[in-house]
Amino acid sequence: MASTSKGLFGSSLARKYWMAATGLFLCSFLVGHLLGNLQLFVTGEEGKLAFNEYGHFMTTFPVVKILSYVTYISIFLHTVDGIMLARQNRAARPVKYVKENQAANASWASRKMALLGILTLFFIVVHMKSFWYEMHYGTLGIDANGNKDLWTLTVTAFEQWWYTAFYVLALTGLAFHLSHGAQSAFQTLGINHPKYTPLIQKVMTALAWLIPAGFIAVAVFLFVVQPGQAL
Amino acid sequence: MDLTLKIWRQAGPEAKGEMKTYPISGVEEDMSFLEMLDYLNEQLIDQGIEPVVFDHDCREGICGMCSLFINGEAHGPGRKITTCQLHMREFKSGDTIYIEPFRAKAFPIIKDLMVDRSAFDRIQRAGGFISVNTSGNTIDANAIPVPKENADKAFDAATCIGCGACVATCKNSSAMLFASAKISQFSLLPQGQPEAKERVLNMVHQMDLEGFGNCTNTGACEVECPKGISLENIARMNRDYLFASLSSNK
Repeated sequence: MASTSKGLFGSSLARKYWMAATGLFLCSFLVGHLLGNLQLFVTGEEGKLAFNEYGHFMTTFPVVKILSYVTYISIFLHTVDGIMLARQNRAARPVKYVKENQAANASWASRKMALLGILTLFFIVVHMKSFWYEMHYGTLGIDANGNKDLWTLTVTAFEQWWYTAFYVLALTGLAFHLSHGAQSAFQTLGINHPKYTPLIQKVMTALAWLIPAGFIAVAVFLFVVQPGQAL
Repeated sequence: MDLTLKIWRQAGPEAKGEMKTYPISGVEEDMSFLEMLDYLNEQLIDQGIEPVVFDHDCREGICGMCSLFINGEAHGPGRKITTCQLHMREFKSGDTIYIEPFRAKAFPIIKDLMVDRSAFDRIQRAGGFISVNTSGNTIDANAIPVPKENADKAFDAATCIGCGACVATCKNSSAMLFASAKISQFSLLPQGQPEAKERVLNMVHQMDLEGFGNCTNTGACEVECPKGISLENIARMNRDYLFASLSSNK
């Protein structure tokens, strides 16, 4: 089941370029998504109206719409490409070792990228059902400004301990996925330089932990403060 | 010292293999790992049991012939050594040692612990060479200036002995470290430029055809490489392949 074509489609290296490129784009998406979520720290009527206004903007502004399609395509390609790579990798060693000491030479996250990716994909499906589907096709209330009340949907979801717990777990998995993927994408794209690589690795590793930490902070804040109860 | 050896025995390429247990005593700590296996084989021959087949040649860490996956690591514990440079003093009396062949679809087992690594030869033949004039008017190698740093890096890449520890260690059985070293040793030098694009495209293509896995950048290959070949070579290959794919006329 080897790759048998050359060039930018089909070869083993090309598959990795696509993984790296889509992965890095999805990292930039996460930064944007997190910046939007930070608005949830503002509670009360003011926070609710602002967040719903933002939700309206994010689902109607053409540039954001285009970016959202690029995001869907990236998630799709990253998933399909990842499955193909994982299948090839499995086929490359049909008989496993009886004793294998992988911890001696590689980090846990780097060895579990497929598993962490599957967890993340499962989370994305649940997450999109909870918010994206409801925002686009559900029956949401309307706030004082006439915008769909995404805020109430969001804060209500995180009032449930199990939903918050699942979210924290999924984002922790994502953090491990990113801790390897975000910096190693540069290596895959051929960017390895004694002058820049140490900085790239530090910045990308920091982002890998800080982005999920930011999402988790918002979720835990909503669970603890329960801003929906006050209104 | 007394040891329990668990060794993969397989009668031939198509035969079904299994781990077999061999207790061994009288092993001296100054024996190399291969000498310990020689010692075991002498005893097996005396007992009328077929000796364990394993690869070896120079026994001084430069030929790349000895393989073995020992206690879950290529060439066993220890860094920047081949199996012939691993000594029994690294183990304690009473230890159980697992000895398995290098495992990859592209490295089929010939017998017991001996594997066929000619996939590496085919990758090398696909482009691991330069064209030089050998018709009598050969050019002095030093006639073309080479930056010292590049010469050093090319030399470091060329120290790859093609042992296959990178493939054996990689969770994906990827040959990226080997291929990238063999490409880098030419691509860093002016003499390697005329065939540079073709070389990277053809060698990567051959690597894919052989059925090696893909690179996840775990870095395990670099850790286990007896010659300390750097991951920098893989990045160079990734970059060269990208540019060659975009700019090659084929």
